[in-house]
Amino acid sequence: MDLSRLERVANNEWRINPVGAMRVPGIIYADADLIRGMDDKVYEQITNVATLPGIIKASYAMPDAHWGYGFPIGGVAAFDAALGGVVSAGGVGFDISCGVRSLTTGLTRSDIETHKDSLADALFAAIPAGLGSTGTIRLNDRGMQAMLTGGARWAVSQGYGYQDDLQYIEEYGCMAGALAEEVSQQAKRRQRDEMGTLGSGNHYLEVQHVIEIYDRNAARAFALHKNDIVVSIHCGSRGLGHQIGTEFLKSMAIAAHQYGIELPDRELACAPINSPLGESYLGAMRAGINCALANRQILTHLARRAFERILPRAELSVLYDVSHNTCKQEEHVVEGKPMRLFVHRKGATRALGPGHADLPEAFRESGQPVLIGGSMGTASYILAGLPQSEQRCFASACHGAGRAMSRRKASKQWHGRQVIDDLSARGILIRSHSYRGVAEEAPGAYKDVDAVVDAAENAGLARKVVKLAPVICVKG
Amino acid sequence: MPPQRTWEHFSHQADIGIRGTGATLSEAFEQAACALTAVITDPDGVRATRAVEIRCEARDPELLLVDWLNAIVYEMAVQHLLFSRFEVRTDGHRLNGCAWGEAIDIPRHQPAVEVKGATLTELKVAQDDGGRWIAQCIVDV
Repeated sequence: MDLSRLERVANNEWRINPVGAMRVPGIIYADADLIRGMDDKVYEQITNVATLPGIIKASYAMPDAHWGYGFPIGGVAAFDAALGGVVSAGGVGFDISCGVRSLTTGLTRSDIETHKDSLADALFAAIPAGLGSTGTIRLNDRGMQAMLTGGARWAVSQGYGYQDDLQYIEEYGCMAGALAEEVSQQAKRRQRDEMGTLGSGNHYLEVQHVIEIYDRNAARAFALHKNDIVVSIHCGSRGLGHQIGTEFLKSMAIAAHQYGIELPDRELACAPINSPLGESYLGAMRAGINCALANRQILTHLARRAFERILPRAELSVLYDVSHNTCKQEEHVVEGKPMRLFVHRKGATRALGPGHADLPEAFRESGQPVLIGGSMGTASYILAGLPQSEQRCFASACHGAGRAMSRRKASKQWHGRQVIDDLSARGILIRSHSYRGVAEEAPGAYKDVDAVVDAAENAGLARKVVKLAPVICVKG
Repeated sequence: MPPQRTWEHFSHQADIGIRGTGATLSEAFEQAACALTAVITDPDGVRATRAVEIRCEARDPELLLVDWLNAIVYEMAVQHLLFSRFEVRTDGHRLNGCAWGEAIDIPRHQPAVEVKGATLTELKVAQDDGGRWIAQCIVDV
């Protein structure tokens, strides 16, 4: 992206002044290098989102922004229903509520060294991963209804995990306003064999260790110390979410015209929040969020069982569970006025600052943990929300590094077997059913997550708390 | 004799572009479906032993392509199948199709990634200057 098209507003904050049909400016939070590395399509998508009815303040892009569907991935946009604001299936994505859950274990790096191989094998055996894998849980109609309404809360009631887990999940593990009846039979059918599965592509279950601490107070609040072993799970709402996304993307694209919405781009398919289609989507999407929360809860249970077999003294406790593909109804203060807004975060993470009422007691002082995944060979980070996050972009931050090269190019450049061997030589064990899948996920295929996280901090979105390095990675 | 391969992938940063070409619209749709399989696994490694009928209808050929591909994605997901051969009869609004394939065999097929769905991104169904049909879109993986 050409920097000369942007106006530098502040440290790592750039503005696209409204032109044409744009109702609000575009704001990009990134440093100059990251912006130069962004596709021109990102500019186009940010400005397209800015034309949508009812958009409030600005169309935002995070430091890891890249080309998405209508909305850029790494895009944030909030809408006021009273002003004819819209909800967009593309603004949420196909993997509704894809997110990360991190767990502390009570173990240190040296505790697992001699058990690394057996732990890797145990996790690989316990976690269904990759296309074609199936979960062991089969829900009947009533069970499906309960899961879509109850989310992680339902999962705990079924014996997957503990009550205590729930307070460390966004929405306390259960998204209100889910309407299971708005989820199609096909979406439910697609989910039938996928409860408790990891998925594929950039999804993973990773055993990590803390290699650096940046904020001692927040690290203490998160119960993290140098060399601690952490487990992180990255996945979403599986087939159910994908099917919901597929169906509503189409119905919104078709219906936009009759709602009088001029779509600059068909991918920006959306519907007024206050419309039957908008309400139907919100109900289905919230059910999708519950499906993702239930899924990560079940995977937590499976990970706990695997650890129990190899390292019985491990105690996996949920640090936090964040989602980065959602549209949530939230209260925000805009120009001194409290407003209830529908905030789309597409490849962007909620990042509540210290003192926020929606945070569990343990994080009131530090701010919300923001879990940022890297690639399987590099680092991940845990950040914390900043007080000024709210004024920036509705308390949002980036979600990960984003790809630097296409899957096609990556699978030509790297060989899965070689990537695994190279990482193994560095002490990182990869377990995957597909060499090509590993090649497509090679560390070199991803942008520098360090740069993305530094830019997020410099822009005042969230601050670094710890850096994590991978030890074991189970990939789909 | 197996049909000539006239599909390809094109680059997209986060996901993958699939493109099928053909002398007819139907052929372009068949090839686009092969390109879809190739995102997951080598189509040559998938035996065409089981048939699944697919029917769709859409207001224009582009939305029809998305429907066709998403119907294949759905069948793959719920029946745990991979497909390598496709037969399509379409007028651009209605499609009668058949997909042939076999059950996913993870060690043999080594599926690289799951396709979540076909998108409206880079969606194009049109004839080029030479009259050849192109059917393409980005699929989310």
